[in-house]
Amino acid sequence: MAKVKGAIVVNIEKCKGCEVCIPACLQDVIGLTKEVNGKGYHYTFMDKPDACTGCMNCAIVCPDGVITVYRVKE
Amino acid sequence: MDIKDIIQEKNIVYKRTDHLTDKALSFCPGCGHGTVHRLLMEVVEEMNIQSKTIGIAPVGCSVLAYEFMNVDMIQAAHGRAPALATGIKRLNPDKYVFTYQGDGDLAAIGTAETIHASNRGEKITIIFINNGIYGMTGGQMAPTTLIGMKASTCPYGRDAERMGNPLKITELVAQLPGTYFVTRQAVHTPNHVRKAKKAIRFAMENQNNGLCFVEIVSNCPSGWKMTPNQSNTWMAENMFPFYPLGDIKVPEKKVV
Ligand SMILES: Cc1ncc(C[n+]2csc(CCOP(=O)(O)OP(=O)(O)O)c2C)c(N)n1
Ligand code: SF4
Repeated sequence: MAKVKGAIVVNIEKCKGCEVCIPACLQDVIGLTKEVNGKGYHYTFMDKPDACTGCMNCAIVCPDGVITVYRVKE
Repeated sequence: MDIKDIIQEKNIVYKRTDHLTDKALSFCPGCGHGTVHRLLMEVVEEMNIQSKTIGIAPVGCSVLAYEFMNVDMIQAAHGRAPALATGIKRLNPDKYVFTYQGDGDLAAIGTAETIHASNRGEKITIIFINNGIYGMTGGQMAPTTLIGMKASTCPYGRDAERMGNPLKITELVAQLPGTYFVTRQAVHTPNHVRKAKKAIRFAMENQNNGLCFVEIVSNCPSGWKMTPNQSNTWMAENMFPFYPLGDIKVPEKKVV
């Protein structure tokens, strides 16, 4: 079976650090940065990028629509 | 495979719809309003009806919906969105007309408009965000506030004897002959979002058969004084038993 690999890109300045995407990710990929963005929010990033399958769960629940999802079959 | 090779334009499987404007949404972090805005615009995009859609924004936290939804919009006086939608749709029967309203807007000050538009069977779609509170004005009790739930005007929790019972307006409009499709959904998990989107799509596609009404039980982390994830858990444990999710009125010919 072809292995699926994914990645996400977060729009840092629009992320409000609400963390709703974190439990939505079944692979536990997403973490919150220590740094803050221009509005003072911690923002999400791929803490464990190797585990991402590009399933889109995080992007689908993101209230601010800040996540773009990429996926490739290896 | 290197991450650089994955992050390529051709590999995009999901991105924010351009039917939302580029403006940052004005909602608090984690608020379900943003998710519903996006779903609605994704549906408009998928139905390819951007230039045929007219939305009506309410008074409440979503008062600025016209800044974010990239369709023709107008903003109504508090609670009056269904009245405005009635006029717009009757004059423009070829357009897709929706209202987007909170529970204070739709179930308190706008109860008359909601009930009569539903009873007349206006050919519109109503999207109703029920977060059990008046979010915009600082978390006052709404008609939908649960028994025992705290709000700034019932700091010890809502008490039925003094404050009346929470109003299930969605079940109420489902009784009226003018409504065609009535459903209650949520948007706090990926599966709920997928189901809610299907419901919104059905409600937009079928508005010419009669009024389509989609309630979204949502959170208000700021008004409830919780973190977004806590508010979603609280919502599932406390709101869903009283406001159960699922279709309430389904047309006979709906194939699921
Ligand atoms: C005629 C009128 N009365 C009262 C208000 C004050 N007001 C503004 S928003 C609001 C309640 C909104 O609550 P809801 O509809 O639940 O929306 P939310 O903010 O929770 O999304 C009220 C009472 C107003 N703007 N206009
Ligand atoms: S006050 Fe409540 S309903 Fe309004 S934007 Fe904030 S979280 Fe959402």
